[in-house]
Amino acid sequence: MDPAWYHVGGLNLITTFAMGVGTFACRAGGYWLFARFKPSPGLQAMLSYIPGCLFVSYVAPAVWDGGPKAWIGAAVAIATMKLTGSMIWPIFTGTAAAWAVWALT
Amino acid sequence: MTPHPPVTFTREGFTRGLRASPALVLGGVPFGIVTGLTAQAHGLSLAEATLMSFFAFAGSAQLLALGAWTTPVHFLPVNLTALTVNLRFLLMGPLLAPWLDRLHGWRRWLSLFFMIDHNWALSLKEMQAGRNDAAYLIGSGIPIWIAWVLLTMAGHVLGSVVAAPPGHPVFFAALSVFIALLVPMWRGRIDLVPWLAAAAVAFGVSRLLPGTTWHIVAGAVGGGLCGALRDRLNRSA
Repeated sequence: MDPAWYHVGGLNLITTFAMGVGTFACRAGGYWLFARFKPSPGLQAMLSYIPGCLFVSYVAPAVWDGGPKAWIGAAVAIATMKLTGSMIWPIFTGTAAAWAVWALT
Repeated sequence: MTPHPPVTFTREGFTRGLRASPALVLGGVPFGIVTGLTAQAHGLSLAEATLMSFFAFAGSAQLLALGAWTTPVHFLPVNLTALTVNLRFLLMGPLLAPWLDRLHGWRRWLSLFFMIDHNWALSLKEMQAGRNDAAYLIGSGIPIWIAWVLLTMAGHVLGSVVAAPPGHPVFFAALSVFIALLVPMWRGRIDLVPWLAAAAVAFGVSRLLPGTTWHIVAGAVGGGLCGALRDRLNRSA
């Protein structure tokens, strides 16, 4: 059952607000902090690996658990990205492929 | 250290930024819709989804956090997930220092609020081209922010109309975004071992703590540590 459109739950509001504060802290914090301290090479190396590893950590278990529709959808999304170099098309082709496999099985 | 060029903050710079934004807004349409759709599927009301896009204005962080949103929400893992996605901003802000250092008060902090991947990259290009009107960043950011909020709302409304059940392949759209993102993120063989480590840690933690996003945080930190350690070993070898 969907909540009413204007409903704002206390915990959802707190979490959303914290997300806003946390995001701004990252946007402003790097500029603020690194104007004062130079990060060590080890920390810099670790930070440079985090973006890729983060998305892998989200994608790998989700695709594995998603079964054939997710495996084929993922392969099609990657192929589309490599072919077009645009972030827009893989959303459509990946979803369409997953949908097709889901409909056929 | 190179001397700072003179930095301005004018209406002309703001307008230049505005003019650069339509392409970025168009590129963001599917993301905004998918984010609203995901928010709706995970039980957020239209008002809650709108507030999130208004405050956070962080596409991939929101999308990832929303994918793990439950009722009631797990405050800590969801926020840590969003925070980890946003860690890249820590590294992006300092590169705009030649502009930001010259701005005062609200201009500096508001510029940082509107900094996203795309207008950050465009601003660096502006800098390299010797154009130093720092209002460009806000000018290119505001239309994207407004569009982001409106698109989230549109996606949410679409989600209530379509009313797809959980597990429906339409929700694969959110995953497709992140799968596709992996392609430009792959820097070559240097990433192979950290990525495998991240996948292994994430997989293990997702089995230990199902239904949360701890595995994303753990995998990111595990993979990052693995990469940094490997680099250190290679240097000392």
